[in-house]
Amino acid sequence: MAFIEAKNLEKVYETEGVRTPALHGVSFSIEKGEFVAVMGASGSGKSTLLHILGFLDRPSGGEYVFNGKRFSDYNDDELADIRNREMGFVFQSFNLLPRTSVLENVMLPLLYSKVKDGEWEARARAAVEAVGLEHRMNHVSSQLSGGEKQRVAIARALVMNPKVIFADEPTGNLDSKSGGVIMEILDDLNRTRGHTIILITHETYTASYAERIIRLHDGIIAEDRKVKERVNGKEGFVK
Amino acid sequence: MKFIHTAKTAFHGLERNKSRSGLTVLGIVIGITSIILIMSIGQGAEDLILGQIQGLGTRTIAVIPGREPSGPSDVAQIFSDSLKARDLELLKRKENVSGLESIMPIVFGSESVSFEGETYRATIFGGTELATEIFDLAPREGVFISDDDVRGRADVVVIGAKVKEELFGDSDAIGKRVRVKDRSLRVVGVLPTKGQVSFFNFDEAAFMPYTTAQQFIFGIKYFHRFIVEAESEGAILRTVEDLKVTLRESHGITDPDKDDFFVQTQADLASRLSTITSVLTLFLASVAAISLVVGGIGIMNIMLVSVTERTREIGLRKAVGAYRKDILYQFLLEAVLLTGTGGIIGIGLGAALSFLAGLAISQFVGVEWKFSFPVSAVFLGLGVSGFVGLIFGIYPARKAAEKSPIEALRYE
Ligand SMILES: Nc1ncnc2c1ncn2[C@@H]1O[C@H](COP(=O)(O)OP(=O)(O)O)[C@@H](O)[C@H]1O
Ligand SMILES: [Mg+2]
Repeated sequence: MAFIEAKNLEKVYETEGVRTPALHGVSFSIEKGEFVAVMGASGSGKSTLLHILGFLDRPSGGEYVFNGKRFSDYNDDELADIRNREMGFVFQSFNLLPRTSVLENVMLPLLYSKVKDGEWEARARAAVEAVGLEHRMNHVSSQLSGGEKQRVAIARALVMNPKVIFADEPTGNLDSKSGGVIMEILDDLNRTRGHTIILITHETYTASYAERIIRLHDGIIAEDRKVKERVNGKEGFVK
Repeated sequence: MKFIHTAKTAFHGLERNKSRSGLTVLGIVIGITSIILIMSIGQGAEDLILGQIQGLGTRTIAVIPGREPSGPSDVAQIFSDSLKARDLELLKRKENVSGLESIMPIVFGSESVSFEGETYRATIFGGTELATEIFDLAPREGVFISDDDVRGRADVVVIGAKVKEELFGDSDAIGKRVRVKDRSLRVVGVLPTKGQVSFFNFDEAAFMPYTTAQQFIFGIKYFHRFIVEAESEGAILRTVEDLKVTLRESHGITDPDKDDFFVQTQADLASRLSTITSVLTLFLASVAAISLVVGGIGIMNIMLVSVTERTREIGLRKAVGAYRKDILYQFLLEAVLLTGTGGIIGIGLGAALSFLAGLAISQFVGVEWKFSFPVSAVFLGLGVSGFVGLIFGIYPARKAAEKSPIEALRYE
């Protein structure tokens, strides 16, 4: 079975009696180590899909299996455990804790993990170094630039060494230069560390880092194609 | 998540918003401070009163004219002139009251005492030589009034330390004549500084034979009290009964409900007064407890605002693996930390203020106030403040824990 398998996923939001369908039967599978970009216009259901893939929200229909785990077999706390151990999240608006140091922000997932607290700091430091922010270790999040904030968020997503990193428009709030840095980091994580990356974006430039693009249109898949071929596993790409 | 980390997280949550946390906690600080203050002062007052009553001796019985107060609230007794010279004679007889060792009638009131233009408003106390035993008084200079003085309605007076100081300063008082109302009395003795004993401040008193006080100062033929000493503590109950029977017979009373006097032992008085102070303390403390409820509602209010403001933080924590109960405990602990801190500050502040209040009372009321700080108050303060945090923190904490990660992350 594939690493990530979505079969006919549906999602209908119900708020105060109003039904908003967001996904109408979405199916695909993703293998370990892939770098996939999910593209589509605003409102096409990208974030909805990502939330389901990231065990953050339950689908209204269809089936989803992540790393052999069927969504419907787990309760909320068990899902929290899986998110903690196997998934990392990067959001458009960074979501760092205010008035909290870089190091402590990165430690956050460790707080909810089974990792012994003696190891927390070393792990967090390593993650901060992996995104090149060792000189900002004890800065408070509000003292950082947007690009630096997003790098902290990536470090936080990395700290548990997850199998997959979900990034929902990570460059959406950044200028193109800092956006480029973020994409380089994600690309590097995929190539040298083998993290599966599922990236949501509506920018073609950002999507060009991915090896595969899934295009959503009004809650259905309009296109799903490989854009790059991989040679020798992690070693490199042929454009 | 381990408790210690939940606690740290909660602490940081509060630390990130210091000034708000400080203001939020103010209500609890005030509430706990007042409760501690009231309890400490209540305890001090009780100790003081009981100490002074015990200072009077446990064999002492007081016969008081009028109807007995019916409860702690009925403190004002109706003054009456029911205790007469004839009663005194009857009570003195062994065949009437066998357990009686001695009896002293007293009259008292407030009057001006003057000497060469200096005037002082003293407590006039008419009694007998027995006062030296019952109140443990020995003149520092001169002598006390004698039984002869009583029989002869002698114009003699023994003055308290304060009276001496005010009227004579450093000069000698013995042998001088002071004027009390329209009567000229010779000072035969001066008492040492004694402070408050029971309800009398002997420093501000002028002692004279009760006969003199009755006839020349107050112009009355009755007594304000009989102070009786029983032979032994074991004889108290019997003596009390005999006193009642004798007085009823003398006053022609058949129905004990119609008594125009009542008898009080030191034990009665002690328990009555400690009931009064306890009830008062409890009453005041419950008034103060209202401020804790108000403080608690304030905490709840601020916590609700804080939960809404931190919706995204909650969503993020859940996204990276926090359980529902991790969030619940985090916010609950924030509330308890807030109120607990308020409680600790309140205990400290309450202790400091009641210490100062004790100093002020000693200074201005002139009683020997012992600062007492009940340990129970510390536990009560901590317990109550923590409890307030739990009660008023649970609702906001549940709201926080219930948030779904995506709703929280989408929140703008
Ligand atoms: N919580 C929600 N309640 C109701 N409708 C929602 C909710 N979240 C998203 N939607 C709707 O679902 C559709 C897809 O939204 P979303 O997945 O956020 O799109 P995208 O990320 O591609 O912009 C939109 O029409 C949006 O309005
Ligand atoms: Mg979106």
